[in-house]
Amino acid sequence: MKNIFKIAILGVLGLFIQSCGNGGSSDQKSGAISGNAAERVYVAPGEHDEFYAFLSGGYSGNLTVYGLPSGRMLKEIPVFSQFPTNGYGYSEETVPMLNTSFGFVPWGDAHHPDISQTNGELDGRWVFINENNTPRIARISLEYFETEEIIEIPHSAGNHSSSFVTENTEYVVAGTRFSVPYPQEDMAIDEMKGNFKGPLTFIAVGDDGRMKIDFQLKMPGFNYDLAHPGRGDSHGWFFFTTYNTEEAHTMQEVNASQNDKDFIAAVNWKKIQEYVQNGGGEEIDAEYAHNVFDHSTQTATTTMENKVLTVDPREVEGAVFFMPTPKSPHGCDVDPSGEYIVGNGKLSTDLTVHSFSKMITAIENEDYEGDAYDIPILNFDSTLAGTVKEGGLGPLHTEFDGKGNAYTTFFISSEVVKWKLGTWEVLDRQPSYYSVGHNMIPGGNSRKPFGKYMVSLNKITKDRYLPTGPELEHSAQLYDISGEKMELLSDFPTHGEPHYAAGIPADKIKSKSRKIYRLDENEHEYAATNESETKMVRDGKDVHVYMTTVRSHFSPDNLEGIKVGDKVYFHVTNLEQDFDVPHGFAMIGANTSELLIMPGQTKTITWEPKKVGVWPFYCTDFCSALHQEMQGYVRVSGQNSNVPLKWTLDDEEIN
Amino acid sequence: MLIGSALLLGLFIYPLWNIQLEAPQYPDSLGMNIFIGGIQGEEEFDIQNIDGINHYIGMKKIPTPAEMWEFNVFPIVIGGMAALGALLGILGFFKIIGPNWFLGWLTLMTVLGILGMIDFNNWLTDYGTDLDPKAIMKLTDSEDKPLSYKPPLLGSEKILNFTAHSYPKAGAYLMLVGMLITLVAWWVGKKATKGRS
Repeated sequence: MKNIFKIAILGVLGLFIQSCGNGGSSDQKSGAISGNAAERVYVAPGEHDEFYAFLSGGYSGNLTVYGLPSGRMLKEIPVFSQFPTNGYGYSEETVPMLNTSFGFVPWGDAHHPDISQTNGELDGRWVFINENNTPRIARISLEYFETEEIIEIPHSAGNHSSSFVTENTEYVVAGTRFSVPYPQEDMAIDEMKGNFKGPLTFIAVGDDGRMKIDFQLKMPGFNYDLAHPGRGDSHGWFFFTTYNTEEAHTMQEVNASQNDKDFIAAVNWKKIQEYVQNGGGEEIDAEYAHNVFDHSTQTATTTMENKVLTVDPREVEGAVFFMPTPKSPHGCDVDPSGEYIVGNGKLSTDLTVHSFSKMITAIENEDYEGDAYDIPILNFDSTLAGTVKEGGLGPLHTEFDGKGNAYTTFFISSEVVKWKLGTWEVLDRQPSYYSVGHNMIPGGNSRKPFGKYMVSLNKITKDRYLPTGPELEHSAQLYDISGEKMELLSDFPTHGEPHYAAGIPADKIKSKSRKIYRLDENEHEYAATNESETKMVRDGKDVHVYMTTVRSHFSPDNLEGIKVGDKVYFHVTNLEQDFDVPHGFAMIGANTSELLIMPGQTKTITWEPKKVGVWPFYCTDFCSALHQEMQGYVRVSGQNSNVPLKWTLDDEEIN
Repeated sequence: MLIGSALLLGLFIYPLWNIQLEAPQYPDSLGMNIFIGGIQGEEEFDIQNIDGINHYIGMKKIPTPAEMWEFNVFPIVIGGMAALGALLGILGFFKIIGPNWFLGWLTLMTVLGILGMIDFNNWLTDYGTDLDPKAIMKLTDSEDKPLSYKPPLLGSEKILNFTAHSYPKAGAYLMLVGMLITLVAWWVGKKATKGRS
């Protein structure tokens, strides 16, 4: 309790000093930024950025794409949340993407994007990202920049120590931050201790990217906060930070902060993989959705799965160990060589760094200081590589530049600190504005970082931009880290609340980015790939409209025979095969969203007309000089009318 | 002579002419390659996209080989001329015919070439001026006459928001080199004959 107080006071003091510093020297602050900072972030009109940055959207549920060093937002990719901008999660094709065992969930909390790797280096095939609230992992294609797959994680809650990939993308992991009964059952909350579990889920990734849960490791009911894979010599291991090893079920801000040390769990997944391949583990009931978007049919499907393989870590000799780590560690970061595992003790001023080789020796010597639920706890001093002293206050996350340096964010003292691996000496510190969470160096958590820029993702924005009322977007800052000292280059606003981010040199992916969907590969069930195929088909109360768009008209553009009480499916195919010529579709009174249909794509939206009359629809994307003319009419007749279905273009019936 | 006429065969592989359309919205430009047997887009969908844009001003679609007799006749003419050239070359090599036959071939080829260019220009004129009366945009020049959208036969020209670049391509250059070599063959042959006499 005393410690908490101290930290709180320090925190307040930190903020005070911070604000004093700012208030007194705002001129100096800009003066301190070297004169050519503007030049270094300036990307001339028509030029491209050097890096892509993928920022999680936090409570937006989505992923945003930025260019670095400019800080320009290039795109928002819908992942876990409905996105009326293009119809994701509203269109018939994409609604299944948001299905879960809890039904359709229209929103998510997206946290930690991670780019697929080959031999420990970024390969730019996919970005994975986790949903914290209703545990899920998504895979986003970096050819289409679209979500291709979402798998729900059964038996988990607070899916936070997730979606980190192993060196060859063998696995993407999904840990449990809020331990829960495993499997779920009705029990008294205060019986949590010893009864709740924190499963760690290992999802195998196929060569085509397809995800499949390989096994769940049934870990003690701690809170598994963050994770990173081993690399190099430590490839085959995964490391997870834990907090609340107290297993408190209430008032956790106090009760989960009592132990001086929590753990970093070291998991030898190769051993468990082997164990599972040899028939180990127990298949238990589970209920989870697996949603896959097929690019040829342009349609997502949901498969409900009902089994998962669970592994008791105590059953696999030498597979799981705990390394004591002080002060409720948050970030768990592994340096490019794979030797150092950094525990960012968030209630501390220090960083604890473990040595992988010392850990192996300690395991060999059975150098234990006890056990937790029969899982060996390694002796703290035996695995300790060093401590970064007085780095700052409240360390959260560490990234690496590939030149022997590490960069740690300090939330409470609101700064980024550069220190040296091996000597643990602090080399430089720079303020962040304000209260930085994650930082990101492109490739900064892989074998090969690109240590030119670092982005800090800040939790508090306050006065950094023109005021926009009480609710603000979060702020990011770009630092040049190519020299000895870090240099703050620019501020840029983000969207939602970015937690982690992932960056990659643009050259690795930009040439693979698709320009159109090929119409001759469109296998959509309701596609009309030329105007002569457009039609209306009635099936009871359902009316399917096969419609096309091309600059600058719909086909058909006059529709009759629809009645009040019908459910109309507009299946709209964009016949264009020209880069960046989308058409939109919006229908008056639709209780769904618009559609934004890219060249060669087919999308479907439903409309349930409630009033008789003649109702317009139109193209929502300013597609051409005749865009304003790109509209049509639907005649809606009374429920008992016998107006026949009729679809025309230029007063001529089609077919 | 043999080499010269053989170079004509390059026209079966390489395009004769190329027209590029550049506009602010098309930084990579749309382009078509004109072969003796038909017109192809530089990129897969260029023809479709050029047609899409041209429909605003009522231009006809870019013809397929079946829609233009030229694309059936040109390959025969070029093939025939190449064969004839080869025959003359062989006969010339064995001194059965004199070098003036070479000049004759060259003259015929030149005449055919000029006729081809005139025909090409006529097509461009028709394509650029014979417009759909229901065209979406009907633009007129300063004298109130309908605007012509004819791309230049050779060179670059601004047409509304597009700049059209029209230049010969590899096939045409090979043909020109071939004709030049024929001229050299005639000249060398002539000198040799003179030397002997």
